[in-house]
Amino acid sequence: MGEKKKKTIKSIKIDVDKCNGCRACELVCSAFHAAPKYSSNNPARARIRVISEPLKDIYVPVYAGEYTAAECSGRDKYTIDGKEYDECAFCRASCPSRDEFKEPDSGLPLKCDMCEGEEEPLCVKWCLNDALVLEEREEEVEEEEEQEQEELEIGLESLAKKHGMQKIMDALARMSKKD
Amino acid sequence: MRYAETGFNLEIDLTRGNIERVETDPRDTELYLGGLGTNAKILWDRVPPEVEPFSPENLLIFSAGLLCGTPATGCNRTIVSTISPQTELMAFSMMGGFWAPELKYAGYDKVILRGKSPDLVYLWINNDKVEIRDASHLHGKGATETAKLIRQELKEPKAQVAAIGLAGENRVYFASIEQGRSSASRQGIGAVMGDKGVKAVVVRGTRDINIARPAEFLGLCNEVLEYIKVRNQNPIPGVMTILQGLGSPQEMATHDEKWHTENFMWGNSRVRRRDFWTDEVKRAWTQAMESMRTRLISCYNCPMKCAATISPPGQPTYMMKCFSKLTYTMAAMSDLEFGLKIAQHATEYGVDGFSTPQVMAFALELYENGILTDKDFPEMPSDSEGRFYWLLDRIVRREGIGDVLANGTYWAAKEIGNGAEAYAHNNIKKHEQLPLKLSMLNPVYFLMYATGEKINITQIEGQFPQAPYPKREDREAFVKDWFQVPDEKFKQYFLDWEPRGENSNPYYPTVQMSCDIVDWQEKMHYIDDALGMCAGLSSFPLKPPYHIHNYPQFISSGAGIDMDEDKLSQAAKRYRTLVRAINIRRGMRRKDDKPPENHWKKRFPELEEALLDTYYKFKGWNSEGIPTKASLHDLDLDYVSEDFIQRGILTDGDDAPSQEISAEKVQK
Repeated sequence: MGEKKKKTIKSIKIDVDKCNGCRACELVCSAFHAAPKYSSNNPARARIRVISEPLKDIYVPVYAGEYTAAECSGRDKYTIDGKEYDECAFCRASCPSRDEFKEPDSGLPLKCDMCEGEEEPLCVKWCLNDALVLEEREEEVEEEEEQEQEELEIGLESLAKKHGMQKIMDALARMSKKD
Repeated sequence: MRYAETGFNLEIDLTRGNIERVETDPRDTELYLGGLGTNAKILWDRVPPEVEPFSPENLLIFSAGLLCGTPATGCNRTIVSTISPQTELMAFSMMGGFWAPELKYAGYDKVILRGKSPDLVYLWINNDKVEIRDASHLHGKGATETAKLIRQELKEPKAQVAAIGLAGENRVYFASIEQGRSSASRQGIGAVMGDKGVKAVVVRGTRDINIARPAEFLGLCNEVLEYIKVRNQNPIPGVMTILQGLGSPQEMATHDEKWHTENFMWGNSRVRRRDFWTDEVKRAWTQAMESMRTRLISCYNCPMKCAATISPPGQPTYMMKCFSKLTYTMAAMSDLEFGLKIAQHATEYGVDGFSTPQVMAFALELYENGILTDKDFPEMPSDSEGRFYWLLDRIVRREGIGDVLANGTYWAAKEIGNGAEAYAHNNIKKHEQLPLKLSMLNPVYFLMYATGEKINITQIEGQFPQAPYPKREDREAFVKDWFQVPDEKFKQYFLDWEPRGENSNPYYPTVQMSCDIVDWQEKMHYIDDALGMCAGLSSFPLKPPYHIHNYPQFISSGAGIDMDEDKLSQAAKRYRTLVRAINIRRGMRRKDDKPPENHWKKRFPELEEALLDTYYKFKGWNSEGIPTKASLHDLDLDYVSEDFIQRGILTDGDDAPSQEISAEKVQK
């Protein structure tokens, strides 16, 4: 195991009960990420979305996470306090199964950057109802290199399980020749 | 590049099925701003006074305000303008919600409908793709249900839908246009939409709205947000609960209804129930609201929570706001549980929450007094609640007596005759008013009721306290941080205003002061209606975050139009006068500028004449209420005076009116 290192983890605490569905978070997010800053507004470019179904009393602000090339093969439905939430309601991925978190023109994925350089993400600042609250905490993490190494090995192992070690070795050999 | 606005309107000819995207003239934005202002210009130019409300030549304009779609908090209103079937004057009902910003993101400032579709259709505006689609399967569907079905069939959960219910389809004169948690309800604009054969206008947009000076604009928005926080923490003392904070009156959050239930009138605006609000009533009503209200909700980009999702047991969920909470309850002499339940039906049918209950109470009063009889009400239940449901169903279907009542109390009374007119007692310019009957004439309110061309008191009042504070020290405290006043003199007006004695109603505020106060209040509403700003954060509440001192900067940095307080006031006066001109051209005159006869018990005819005379002069209108040639010239409205002279409304070189023209037209 490598050395431990301190890292600040920022997360947005989302209280769906406090959301009033106004989408100010979407609007100000799109403005902040415009170039030049604040020069244009378009919630379709926002990295946060309020996934809502007003008549079912469902309001879920979700901020964009990682891009994924493939959609999930199995999906969940959650029932919380008698309300059935759609299969992707809580998911942060920019994914082929839906329109969320993609640039409307290019289709390129969008990802939340916590409004780098600002005291707090603007969606949090503009949410006067405190449905969005910034939380920061220190965490000890493994040295990144070690962690990456470990991730790579886990990935290779699962590939080997699926295809057999020999196939993986052959594929690697072919790939390295190309380089 | 155009800033804040898109610079394009959608022109849709429903008769021919033609759709055009038309670039607008930026000079019009400078002169009339947008929203109501540019709507008025279009109606003046294109709808001559001969055009009947249900003529294909009448236009129905859906407009976003100039600053809708920008980060300006609370700027989300759609201004719908047309000629009203009820008043036969210009109607400009508005709605909050999410529709206007979506239209801007789709790339348009306005949707202008003309002609009539032969079959029921809906419009689907999806960025550049605009379609007229068949809506025959939506015939008779509720407004909320229609929105749901359309989103499903388009597979566009994010589409914003403005729809009519059965009332609009059947051209009920007080039909509304519903949009989720909001509605444009007054003056029967839903009937015009139904007449044009349009069930819904559906919008989805994913385009940018640009800002001229971004950093400056966002700074202003942040100041507004900070001030909202301050106001939320510092309610105004000395006024009733619903007037203490920002937003439209917080009817969905407030349980204490002592003030409304004991001061507003019940039934057909007749009965005052002074000791109504007992502990028992309070308990039952609190329980009713809490058991049905699932969440307090907002419009686009606004932290206030003026509306609520309501789920009455055994009925579909709907959304409600403001005073429709009590209008059905009080008209039917019933309780809140009934009010919240019948409002679900009313929302699906798409009817105005002010006029509808009053029309039904009016019908029942005619029945009690033998003017209408059993044969007019076949198989009507005997209890008040049952009768209201029965009447509502007949009205929206225009069945039997419902067909008469569907034209509102003014026209219904005319048709019924036999003394029925005396029961249509709460109208201004043929339009039903809030059920208020008071004692002592208030000069400021007299002018607002008489001359407000939105014909609805809540759409002109605001900013200035409704009543004097008894103690001078409280008045001094009030004016201390009252920076919203356009001029310091308003503080003095308020400081010297006493509940009793020489400086009290009706002679104080003086005639001149009353003119100043009304003009300020009206001006702020007209600015809001051009920008698309919600009155709840601006013209309606005391000490709002938007005011005459920061609005010019919002317009300059947002839309890139050089603006200062004088220029903004002049623009507002310009399109306010244009609204007046449209109505004057349709026959409105001084005799129409009056509150209901019985609004106050104590009336002062001489004072009232002096108030109108002085206010007309102050506004640049002649003694008939017609804008004069000189004042029109000052407002760059020479084209209006030319038209007036041509039509004999003004005589050349002299502003005296020519012969009397009757505003009363025979109803077709």
